[in-house]
Amino acid sequence: MAFEQGLPGRFSAPFTAIGSSSFVDFLSAAAPDLLPGRRPLPPGSAEGLAPHGTTIIALNFADGVLMAGDRRATMGNLIAQRNVEKVNAADDYSLIGYAGTAGIAVEMVRLFQVELEHYERLNGTPLTLDGKANRLAAMVRGNLGLAMQGLAAIPLFAGYDLDAESGQAGRIFSYDPAGAFHEETGYDGVGSGSLFAKGTLKKRWRAGLSRDEAVTMAVDALYDAADEDSATGGPDVSRQIFPTVFLVTAEGTERVEDASVAAVADAVIAERRNNPGGVS
Amino acid sequence: MTMPFYASAEQIMRDRSDFARKNVARGRGVIALKVADGVLFVAENPSSTLRKLSEIYDRIGFAAAGRYNEYENLRVAGVRYAELIGYSNSRRDVSGRAIANAYAQTLGSIFTEQQKPYEVEICVGEVGARADSDQLFRLTYDGSIYDEPDFAVMGGQSDAIAATLRENYRPGMALGEAVQAAVHALANSGADQPRQLASTQLEVAVLERDRAKRAFRRLRGEALESLLPASDAGQQTSEPSGD
Repeated sequence: MAFEQGLPGRFSAPFTAIGSSSFVDFLSAAAPDLLPGRRPLPPGSAEGLAPHGTTIIALNFADGVLMAGDRRATMGNLIAQRNVEKVNAADDYSLIGYAGTAGIAVEMVRLFQVELEHYERLNGTPLTLDGKANRLAAMVRGNLGLAMQGLAAIPLFAGYDLDAESGQAGRIFSYDPAGAFHEETGYDGVGSGSLFAKGTLKKRWRAGLSRDEAVTMAVDALYDAADEDSATGGPDVSRQIFPTVFLVTAEGTERVEDASVAAVADAVIAERRNNPGGVS
Repeated sequence: MTMPFYASAEQIMRDRSDFARKNVARGRGVIALKVADGVLFVAENPSSTLRKLSEIYDRIGFAAAGRYNEYENLRVAGVRYAELIGYSNSRRDVSGRAIANAYAQTLGSIFTEQQKPYEVEICVGEVGARADSDQLFRLTYDGSIYDEPDFAVMGGQSDAIAATLRENYRPGMALGEAVQAAVHALANSGADQPRQLASTQLEVAVLERDRAKRAFRRLRGEALESLLPASDAGQQTSEPSGD
């Protein structure tokens, strides 16, 4: 690989270069072949070639922000995976979820995680939440060529802003394929089923939700998404596969245990038994 | 036609060694030691922002003495190297030995090829799954590398500090005990001994075996003072105590 060239074992110039604390910048000098946006693309559309992930939602609650995603990946009309994890902690105080081509998105998420950690290691202090959101925008933009060939991957980013006033610290950022990002108020979603999930959230979300209310609302919204969108997976009772739910608060990121999500999902299913639209 | 002055290779190398050794010895002492729960780093450093101790990767730490800009450059290179291996392979593929080896190659070639060697002495520590897999590598300005079985001492008065520390050190020490032994060695060695070192004059960090992902943790403020002996923590003075 490129970074192993030069004198055996000795750090080559990019390693000792002064200035940037970005891992992406460093990779572009030391090993550009590892960067997603730098690979030559054969012409033509690659749509339908690889599995796609679908619905991710994020919503603010009293102590911070929640992000949840269903577990399904699809390839055309087939289910490719039933137990994908599409929501991850980006670092100690932020979360990232994705919709779109899984292979592209997974690489983007990994690179983003390393980018944040790298900055923190080199500088001894983490990037601000706005800085993180901006870095992610650059990565999404770098994927524009692939997006045009049908391999789009769109993240949803949420974090706890340690510099903000309490009560306003949970923040959500949405992205478009060209790399524009917007800060959302209250809640947002991404992926094919997000239209329906956002419909649920639109009617039910309010400021100052408790943690339990937020988890229930997220599972409920994903249920509605799965109800209408074949690419979104609902709670899978027979296999005990339930949505991934992460929280980020002043204490950092936390994955809500499968057992508690399962209990919430069971309650949502029970509630809908004679009332398929759910209780408003 | 003029001829350049002839200087033997031996002479050149000796001059460079003397230069580097002399300048490293002017700095304050830095200690890295293996303890029961991992690897402990203790440095005398009045600055709370210009670090001598830092994290290289999840299980790997770095300590340095000497010229700041030079060891900072090495630290950054080490972090980049570790992240690159971790990103292109797996996080578990990053090893302290590989990083120490790259440092040795780099310092060695700077020592022979450049006008001036790096005036640094550095240490790479790695915490393993068990105490017998903890590792401590000390590297000097010329790229020499030493696999230290117990502890490494760098910077000024290093021989005197090592001798004092040797008296109190034993393998498998608890963290608090080891911090006290290291601070005692830093405070009671050299010409102007003995001194009192307050927590504000110390930089202390530990690679803890039991921490899940990133093992590196700095001990500051309360956490550090609770580990220092009462007399050291209580007196906020840098004056040598009149003996």
